[in-house]
Amino acid sequence: MSEEKTHVVSIKTHLLVLFTLIILTIITVLITSIELGPYNTAAAMIIASVKALVVLLYFMHLRFDEPIYRIMFGLVIAIFIAVIIVTFFDYLYR
Amino acid sequence: MAEQTIHHHEPNYLEYRGKYKGLAGWLTTTDHKRIGLLYFYSMMTFFLSGVVMGLLMKYELIAPGEQLMGAQTYNGLFTLHGLTMIFLFVIPGVAAVFGNFFLPILIGAKDVSFPRLNLFSWYLYIIGAIVVLISQFLGDGPPDTGWTFYAPYSLRTNTNVVAAVTGAFILGFSSILTGLNFIVTMHRLRAPGMGWMRMPLFCWTLYGTGWIQLLATPIVGITFLMVMAERLLGIGFFDPTIGGDPILYQHLFWIYSHPAVYIMILPAMGVITEIIPTFARKTIFGYTAIIISSMAIAFVGYFVWGHHMFTAGMSSTSRWVFSLLTFLVAIPSAIKVFNWTATMYKGSINIQPPFLWAIAFIFVFMIGGFSGLVVGSLATDIHVHDTAFVVAHFHYIVFGGTGFAFFGALHYWYPKMFAKMYNIRIANIGLLIFFIGFNLLYFPMFYLGLMGMPRRYYDYIPMFEPANLLSTIGSWIMATGLIIILVNLSRARKMTGKAVDDPWDGKTLEWQIQSPPPVENFDEIPTITTGPYDYK
Amino acid sequence: METTINPSVDLHRDDTASKIGMWLFIFTEILLFGGLFLVYSVYRFRNPVAFHLAHEELSITMGFINTVILLISSATVAIAITAMQKHNKKLTMMMLGLTLLLALVFLINKYFEWGAKFEHGMYPGSELMANLGHGDMLFFSLYFFMTGLHGVHIIIGMTLLAITLVKVKKGAVHAGKYQLLENSGLYWHLVDLIWIFLFPLFYLIH
Repeated sequence: MSEEKTHVVSIKTHLLVLFTLIILTIITVLITSIELGPYNTAAAMIIASVKALVVLLYFMHLRFDEPIYRIMFGLVIAIFIAVIIVTFFDYLYR
Repeated sequence: MAEQTIHHHEPNYLEYRGKYKGLAGWLTTTDHKRIGLLYFYSMMTFFLSGVVMGLLMKYELIAPGEQLMGAQTYNGLFTLHGLTMIFLFVIPGVAAVFGNFFLPILIGAKDVSFPRLNLFSWYLYIIGAIVVLISQFLGDGPPDTGWTFYAPYSLRTNTNVVAAVTGAFILGFSSILTGLNFIVTMHRLRAPGMGWMRMPLFCWTLYGTGWIQLLATPIVGITFLMVMAERLLGIGFFDPTIGGDPILYQHLFWIYSHPAVYIMILPAMGVITEIIPTFARKTIFGYTAIIISSMAIAFVGYFVWGHHMFTAGMSSTSRWVFSLLTFLVAIPSAIKVFNWTATMYKGSINIQPPFLWAIAFIFVFMIGGFSGLVVGSLATDIHVHDTAFVVAHFHYIVFGGTGFAFFGALHYWYPKMFAKMYNIRIANIGLLIFFIGFNLLYFPMFYLGLMGMPRRYYDYIPMFEPANLLSTIGSWIMATGLIIILVNLSRARKMTGKAVDDPWDGKTLEWQIQSPPPVENFDEIPTITTGPYDYK
Repeated sequence: METTINPSVDLHRDDTASKIGMWLFIFTEILLFGGLFLVYSVYRFRNPVAFHLAHEELSITMGFINTVILLISSATVAIAITAMQKHNKKLTMMMLGLTLLLALVFLINKYFEWGAKFEHGMYPGSELMANLGHGDMLFFSLYFFMTGLHGVHIIIGMTLLAITLVKVKKGAVHAGKYQLLENSGLYWHLVDLIWIFLFPLFYLIH
C-alpha cells in the first residue's frame, strides 16, 4: 500500500535538471582539454560528483524522500571511500 | 506470558499442506520456517562432508611422510574443506538457519518482507554448492589454490578455478539477497510497540550482518569475475607479467573476506546473547552497549583486512595502520564478554545444554580472541603468518565461535522447532567429549605454529610429530562427541504438557507461541509493551 | 516510514519495503562497480603516463554523445514517473518507450565503438593486446571489462523497463500502484550514475 509519498516532481524541474547535467558534461570536456596537470583529474571527478548528486537528489528523488534513504546512501558511500583511502595507504607509501 | 495458555491448533508449519504436498510442498515453500529447515538440512550435509575432509587431512598429518595422499590431493582437499566450511557452512550459518526460522517470530511478524526472494536465496545456495561440487570433477581436477584463490597461481593453475569461483559467486548472491531481506524485514515488520530499542539482540546482530552481506560480498563477486575474465578472456588484472599487482588481488579478496568473518560471528554472538539471559533468568546486562558494540564491529570490521597481508609486500605505513585498526576492532568484541558475564552475575542459573554451549563458546572464543592479538600485532604476525598458529586461531574463533553457537542455538531452539526434547544427560556428555576433542585438536597447533610448522603442508619434519599426533587423536575424540550430539538430537522424543511451548521459561516472543509454530506464527500480531528479556 | 505497517492492511503488498529493497540492491551494484573503480585508481596511479596515452585511443565525441544519451534517458524515465503520478498513461508509455529507444542507441554506439577496436586487432585475447605494454594492457583490460559489465547492466535495465512498459499498457501498473515503475527508474538512474564516472575516467583524463 503506497503511503505518503505523493510529492510530484514537475516535468519542468526534470528538464531543468537535464539541462544542468548536459552543461556540466560540456564543462567537463572543456576543462579536461586544458592542461592542468593533476588538477585535471580532481576537476573532472568533482564535476562528475556534482552530476551524480543532482541525479540522486532529483531524478532518484532523494531530496524529497524520508531522511532514512539519504542516511543509508551516505553511509554506503562513506564506507566505500574509506576503503579506497585505506587501500591507498599501501600504494602511496610503497 | 507463561501464565496464559497457548492455544494449539493444527496445522503447524511442519504439518501444513498447501497447494503442493510432500517434498514438492517443501521445495516450493515460502514459509520462512521451512526455508530455515531447508538450509539446516543442506547445511548439515555440507558441514559433515567438510568434517570428513578435515579428518582425512588430520589423518595425513598423523606422522611425517605420506599416509593416505600426496601433495596434490592434500592441496585439493584443504581447498575444498575451506570452500565448504566457509561458503557453505559458516557464512550462511546461524543467520540462514536460525535467522530465517526465528527473525520474523522474534519481531512479531508473520514472515519476512520478501518470502519468495527468501526461497530464491536457498535455491542459489544449492546451485552454488552444486557448481562448487562440479569443479571437483571437471577437466584437470579440483582447484589446489586454497579457498583464497591467490593470484598469480590461481590464474595459471590448470585446475578448475573458474568453476569453483563461479560457484562462490552464486553463493555470494544468495548471501546478499538474504541480508537484503532481513534488513527490510526489520525496518518494516516489527510488531506494534516494538521500537528498535525493544528488538531482541539476536535481531540486531542479524541487522548488522545484513549490511555486511550487502556491502562486502559484491567486492569478492567482482574479484572472482575478474579472475574468470583473466583466465578465460586473456585480459589482465592481477598477473604481474602484464603489469598487474597480485597484492591488489589480495586487497580485493580480503576487503570482503575480513568483513565475512563478522558475517560469521555476529549472529553467533547474537544467539549467545539470547541464551544467557534465559538461563541466568536475568535481563541482559547492557542492552544498548551490545547494540553499539555490534554495530561498531560491523563498521570497523570493514577497515582491517590488511592484517591478512602483513607479509605480502604492502607498505610499512599501511601495515601499522591495519594493525592499529585491528586492535581497535577487538575492543567491541571483548565488551560483549563482559556483558555476558555481568548478566550471569547474581542471576539464577539454570544449567541446561544451551547454557553449557554458551559457556563453552565464551571459553573457546576467548582463546581465539587472545590468539587474534598475536596475529593482529604486526611484529608477532611476521613469525606466525602462514603457520599452524593461524590455523589454530581461526578454528578457535570460527569453529569455536560460529560452530559452538550454531550447536548452542540448535539445542536451545530444538524443542520450539520440533516439539521434541533430546536427552539432556547425553547432550551434556556429547558436549563434554566434543569440547575435550576440540581443544586437543586445535591447541597443539598454536605450539606447532610457534615452532615454525607451515600451514597447508601435507608433510613435516619429525620434530613436529608428537604435537601432530595429539592433534589427530583430538580430531577423533571431537568426531565422537559430534556423533553423540547429532544422534542424540535425531532421537529426540516428542514432548507433551505445558513445557512443550516454553521448556526454558524464555521471555522472547518465540516462547509465547506453540511448538511447533503455526504456519503464520501468530493468531494476531502481538502488541509489545516491554523490552525483550523481561525477567522478574 | 519507520512506523510499522498496520497489520490489518494487505500484508502482501508493501511498496515501501519494495523501495527500500531496490535501494539496498542498488548499494550492492555500487560496491560491485566500486571494486572496479578501486582497481582502476590503483593502476592509474601506478601507470599515469600509459593511461594518459591509452585514453587518446578512445573517441571523446563518441563518449560525449553516449553520455548525453544516457542523461536524456534518465530524464525521460523520471518524467515517466511524473506522468504516472498525473494519471497520464499515454505520456508514461511514451516516455518509457523513449527511454528504451535511447538505451538501444547507446548500445548501438557501443557496438560500433568496440567494433572499431576489434577491427584494429584490439580485443580481449587478441595477439595485439597480449603484446601491449603493461599500462596499456591494464587500461584496455579495464576498459573492455568495465564498459562491458556496464553494457550488461544496460540490458538488465532495459529488461526491467520493458516489463514495466508492458504492465503499464495492461493496467497492472497504474497511478495507485506504480512501485515497479519507480524501482525500474531507480535502477536505470544507477546505470546512468556509473556511466557518469566511467566517461571522464576513460575518455577524458590526462
